[in-house]
Amino acid sequence: MNGPKLIFQLPFGINITETVFLSWCIIVAVALLLLYLTHDMEKVPTKKRQVIAEWIVETMNNLVKENMGEKFMGFAPYIAGLFTYSILGSLIGLIGLRPVTADINTTATWAVTTALMVQIVKVRTSGFGGYLKGFAEPVAAITPLNIISEFSTPVSMAFRHFGNIAAGMVISSLIYMGLASLSAAIHLPIPLLQVGLPAILSLYFDIFSGFMQAYIFCMLTMVFISSAAE
Amino acid sequence: MELARAIILGASAIGAGLAMIAGIGPGIGQGYAAGKASEAVGRQPEASGDIMRTMLIGCAVAESTGIYGFVVAIILLFINPLIGML
Repeated sequence: MNGPKLIFQLPFGINITETVFLSWCIIVAVALLLLYLTHDMEKVPTKKRQVIAEWIVETMNNLVKENMGEKFMGFAPYIAGLFTYSILGSLIGLIGLRPVTADINTTATWAVTTALMVQIVKVRTSGFGGYLKGFAEPVAAITPLNIISEFSTPVSMAFRHFGNIAAGMVISSLIYMGLASLSAAIHLPIPLLQVGLPAILSLYFDIFSGFMQAYIFCMLTMVFISSAAE
Repeated sequence: MELARAIILGASAIGAGLAMIAGIGPGIGQGYAAGKASEAVGRQPEASGDIMRTMLIGCAVAESTGIYGFVVAIILLFINPLIGML
């Protein structure tokens, strides 16, 4: 296992790595797909693609409404975007590309965005004075702990998503290497033992883990934001 | 110098293995959460959606410590900051 490869370098030392490139590919692909799905919509849908588009929007809206309530419907696009990006970012591992979410920079960006939203919602609900006072609850002596917990939330969110996908990558590559050397040990001309077992593991690590982590990341985002408003 | 490097690499590999002992805790915790969730579903099948959601979030939070251990192991194996200290 290696880190993401450097593809090329822009001026001012901006590195375009595999992760950045694949992220942009995903963004462009999703944008084109959505443009296609929402192309010339009608009031009463007759085309299949409009039905699909409406189903996606409705599912995401219901998820947000169930977990955050009617008040926070403005967060639905953010949650939907996060969910799509996270799932596709993990699923591209299936076609042999490096999963975007196996790079700490991607997940850390999402976690920091969520943490900023939580702080903004807190300031909005209780005002700036009330926000500062919230750190000294329930007693003033506990303020440092409250500040640390504010920082540890995004860190643990970022590490959780990154760790799950990266662990899957490490374990599959270890198994691939092990099966290759096992096939070499029994003098097979091609590493025939690599057929089969990695596919089953990939079902768990790429598909199940990818969906699970996307779901959990979105759930935690919704829970943190809606609990910040109390 | 070569010997020192070899010792550091070997010790880092052992350290990475030891760091992954952290995986025991989340395993026990998640199993306990899943068991309790099954009990709750058995007692109140109509609330299975809510129970499932709560359990998943609880499992995800319980997993953090294991993930921290894994990150330490990855750092020791692939980025190894200790070699730079030679």
